[in-house]
This record gives sequence, C-alpha cells and structure tokens, in this order.
Amino acid sequence: MKILVCISNVPDTTTKIRFTDNDTKFDAAGVQWIINPWDELALTRALELKEGSGGAIEKISVINVGSKDTEPTLRKALAIGADDAIRIDAEPQDAYFVASQLAEYLKANPFDIMLCGIDSSDYNGSLVGGMLSELLDLPSVSSVSKINMDGENIILNREIDGGSETLETTVPFVAIVQKGIALEPRIPSMRGIMMARKKPLEVKPAVETEALTEFAGFELPPPKAKCKMVDAENVNELVELLHNEAKVI
Amino acid sequence: MSLLVYTENWDGKFKKLSFELITYARKVADQLGTEVSVVSIGNVADDELLKLGSYGADKILKVEDDRLNVLINRAYSSIITQVADNINADIVLFAHNFSGKAIAPRVAVKLKAGAVTGVTNVPSSLDPFTVKKMVFTNKAYADVIVKSSKKVLTLFQNSLGVEENPKPAAIEVFTPKLDDDDFKTKVTETKKITGKVLLTDAEVVVSGGRGMKNPDNWKPLEELAEVLGAATACSRPVSDEGWRPHEEHVGQTGKIIAPNLYFALGISGAIQHLGGVSSSKHIVAVNTDKDAPIFESADYGIVGDVHKVLPELVSKIKELKASQG
Ligand SMILES: Cc1cc2nc3c(=O)[nH]c(=O)nc-3n(C[C@H](O)[C@H](O)[C@H](O)COP(=O)(O)OP(=O)(O)OC[C@H]3O[C@@H](n4cnc5c(N)ncnc54)[C@H](O)[C@@H]3O)c2cc1C
Repeated sequence: MKILVCISNVPDTTTKIRFTDNDTKFDAAGVQWIINPWDELALTRALELKEGSGGAIEKISVINVGSKDTEPTLRKALAIGADDAIRIDAEPQDAYFVASQLAEYLKANPFDIMLCGIDSSDYNGSLVGGMLSELLDLPSVSSVSKINMDGENIILNREIDGGSETLETTVPFVAIVQKGIALEPRIPSMRGIMMARKKPLEVKPAVETEALTEFAGFELPPPKAKCKMVDAENVNELVELLHNEAKVI
Repeated sequence: MSLLVYTENWDGKFKKLSFELITYARKVADQLGTEVSVVSIGNVADDELLKLGSYGADKILKVEDDRLNVLINRAYSSIITQVADNINADIVLFAHNFSGKAIAPRVAVKLKAGAVTGVTNVPSSLDPFTVKKMVFTNKAYADVIVKSSKKVLTLFQNSLGVEENPKPAAIEVFTPKLDDDDFKTKVTETKKITGKVLLTDAEVVVSGGRGMKNPDNWKPLEELAEVLGAATACSRPVSDEGWRPHEEHVGQTGKIIAPNLYFALGISGAIQHLGGVSSSKHIVAVNTDKDAPIFESADYGIVGDVHKVLPELVSKIKELKASQG
C-alpha cells in the first residue's frame, strides 16, 4: 500500500502579510516558507501508520505543485521521513488548477490513500482535496480527525457539527484531514536531514489546464480602534459597556 | 442566471446558519434578478422546509432517502449537481462549514465551476463576477474573480446576519439517480455532544488560555458561558494539555469563528490564536500582563487576574440579567 501526502508551501504562520503591485500580489520578500501545518500533521500520521503497518505500507510520498522555490519545503518533508517527493513544475494558479495537476499525475501513478489538509493557510481554500477526489472519481472524507488501520480495514473519524462520526471506506480514497490527525508534527532529526539530500525528488512537467478563478486584489483589515481599558476593581463598568455601548449582552 | 442553495439540516431542523445562507442567496438572486432555489437532503418536515421561505427561498427541492441521513460526500455532491443541472443553476451556494467544505469542491468540479470559499459579502461586481473572501487566516481579504460561467461559493458564517423576506415557497420532490458507488463510505457510529451551546452556532464565546492555570479553574468560565448562553472555547495549549476537549480549540489550527462577542481570558493573543478569532465583532480580554498582544486586538480590556475578575464578571452579569427580568 502507498500513501501520498499533498503538501502546500505556505508562509510561516507568524509572517506579517504585505502585498505589492498595487495590492494585487502577495509580497514574498523575506518570507520564511513552511509545510502547511495540516499537511505536516498528515505526513506525521502517514509515517506513524507506515511504522505500525508491519510492512503493509511500503511507501510514503509527498507531492507539491509549485516552482523550484518550493523544493526546500519538499526536502523538509523528506527529512521528516517521507520516502520520496514529486514536484509538479508550475506556479499554482487556483485550487482547480492545482487539483487538476495532481489528478493527472495520480491517474498515471495511483496511490491507495491520498491525504490533503483541510485548508491551506495562505488562501484558505479548503478545496484541493475535495476537487482531487472528484477528478479521480474516488470517495472522499473531509474533516478527518483520526485515521486507523485494522488489517485491510481503514477506520476514520470525522468531526461534524456538535460531535463526531466513525466511518469505513474502501481504498483508494482521499482523506482531508484536520486537528487531531496527529498530536504534534514530527521534527526532522539530524540523520533525517542528511538522508533527505539523497532521497529522490522527481520534477514533472505541468499539464495544460486552466484556472477558473483569479485574485483581483488584496486588502488588509482596517486598523483596530484602541482597546478601552477598564479597571480590574471596576468590573461593573465592563458589563455596562458591553450592555450599553457594544450592545452585545 | 439561476441560483441554487444547499441547506443542510441537523436531525431534520435548520439553524440560524441556514437562514443566513438563504438571506445571502436572496440578496445575490436580487442582484441577478432571479429566483432562489433550495435543495434539501434527508428527512425534513414540510413545515420546517417552509421556514426557508421566510428568508426568501422561492422553490425548495427535497430529496429524501434513508441512506442520506448522514453526509456521504459522493452521494451528496452527485445529488446537488443533478439538481443544479435540472434547474440550470449558474451559481451554487453552500455554508462554509464541515459539510460545505466536504461537498462544494466536488460539486465545483462536476459543474466545472470556479469556486470561492469563505465568502464574506455579496458580489461587488457581476461582470466580472467578483466576491470578497478572507485569506491568510484572517490577516487579509481578497477580491476573487470567477472566470467560469458556473460558480460555487461557500459563505463564511456570521458575515451578513439574517433578514426576513417572506416568499410563498413551493416544495417539490426531486428524485436523483444514485448508484452503489456513491455509498462506498459508510458511517458506522455517530457521537453527539449534548447539553452545550456549539461553538459553531454561538453568538457569544467564552474562551480560556493557559492563564487559567489548571483545568479545575474552569467552573467560573463555564458559569459565565451559561449566564450568557455562550459556547466555551480555548487556546491550543489548553486543548493540547487535555484541559479541555479538542473541539473547543480555536485559532489557525483549530476552529475559525466570528461571534458577536469573544472573551479571551488568560490568553496571550498569539498570531495563530488571533487567526481564528479576529473576525469576532467584539473582543474582551482579561490578562495580568498589560503588554499582552491580545490587547491590540481587543475592544475592551482588563489588566488583572482572571481568577478574581471572572467571578465578579459572572455576578455583575447575573445582576444585569436579573434587572432585565
Ligand atoms: C503552526 C502553529 C499553529 C498554531 N495554532 C494555534 C491555534 O490554532 N490556536 C492557538 O490558540 N494557538 C495556536 N498556536 C500556539 C500559539 O503560538 C500560542 O502558543 C498559544 O496561542 C498560546 O496560548 P495561551 O495564550 O493560552 O498561552 P500563553 O501564551 O502562555 O499565554 C497565557 C496568558 O495568560 C496570562 N495570564 C497568566 N496568568 C494569568 C492570570 N492569573 N490572569 C489573567 N491572565 C493570566 C499571561 O499573561 C499570558 O498572556 C499555534 C502555533 C503554531 C506554531
């Protein structure tokens, strides 16, 4: 069995967001790039599953649609423990474009379990995993908070509004994962970093596809008014402000 | 132009979220000069369905099938696409919640529709079709152009609120074609949280961080939530430590919420935390550290010990509620 983890290359979560070109482009100057937090947890869980599978899972691969600049992020995934990496050489244009690139690759190189994060922390699309499953005509389960294997059986947990569900599904399938999937992301070891340099990172040309959406412009939220401070000895003033001024209680 | 909305139900009932979605659909339909058609999947009584008419639904297509009482992504997206094709919908709308995120992308591919998720306003232009959404986890907004003729949108909760706009909605039965392949995923068990206001529904959220010190200190926080009819939430370390259940975790890697009022109690206001809560309409912070970054994002703040402030806050709000009768 083979597991593929889709990796989005995103700005570090502490990045101060700025735009250029008249607010039509994200300003990447000085930005640190990381594996999208969900994808990092997905990879961690994939490795745990492989280690616990007694050889049934042969390989964990990672894939990214991106330019050469994303290779350090893929190398990091290899250092964490993925066996090999694929980069589809294209600037990601929108979720449909990315999912189509992944789907074309996967039609020729099938995997049993495909993991995507619930959201990419840059454009917050929550789309690629679901689109990929549809392009491949496969089952998908979203908001997955646990994946376990019991022999051939795959048992998933997903969060629903006000609860959770346990599901069974057939392979191949796409799981779109969220909080809970792994506790902490795995950190690469020194040995992992050394080994990552030698692991295969295959670059594939992009296929012809179109994007269906485009960003016209960006804006930052309006600056917040100064916080009104209330004395700790005078909590009643806060209650009055919330009642009379904000009118929220 | 024609417009279709998928409205989820929870054990046969709709929520404020559903009515907000119909309110939004009505506004978009009025811009386009078209009707609001709704697809409902699962068993919902007609009098419940008719409630959607109060917010502006013109036509409700109901699909009932016992296999559809749980969300099966493939089956649901197939049904919604069949309805969209049937009424020749140009725009299909979903809520930006668990089910919306699960099925909207599949429907978008089936219709070859450009998709914009977490939309926060009605289209600013119809040609080119342009909508606003949150990006970089609440750090910015983007105007997105949808180039395809068909469009799929998911609406971010609590963006526009609910407005009544009564229409004499007509209910029709829709019978989709489904096959066994659509049901390869099976739900074997469902666990529901009972007796709590859900974070995803709440207008007021009371949230505790590491400054709460230990899980035994949550009593007054829960009491505050109770007097306000609020949901409880927490920062990531609090759920990581197992002090609170993981579904309460808000932030970049937890839930992204936008209630009318958010209490940050003993929360420092790390950027990843703010990503999940900064769209709240009002934020109250209580923190011993006057330089805590949370005060930069808060509307009202108290520099003080949460263990002293909280009980006081509970008793003052109780007094207020009592005086209101
Ligand atoms: C990739 C990534 C993703 C993350 N995602 C999230 C996320 O989704 N959500 C999230 O919350 N965090 C997230 N974090 C963690 C985040 O960076 C912070 O570490 C976390 O939010 C801090 O939680 P806290 O405010 O409860 O604790 P702390 O930062 O320890 O703050 C505790 C606060 O309590 C105050 N305090 C102490 N005692 C008292 C008292 N008696 N009364 C009043 N105040 C008191 C202190 O002054 C302090 O400000 C993420 C981090 C990373 C790297």
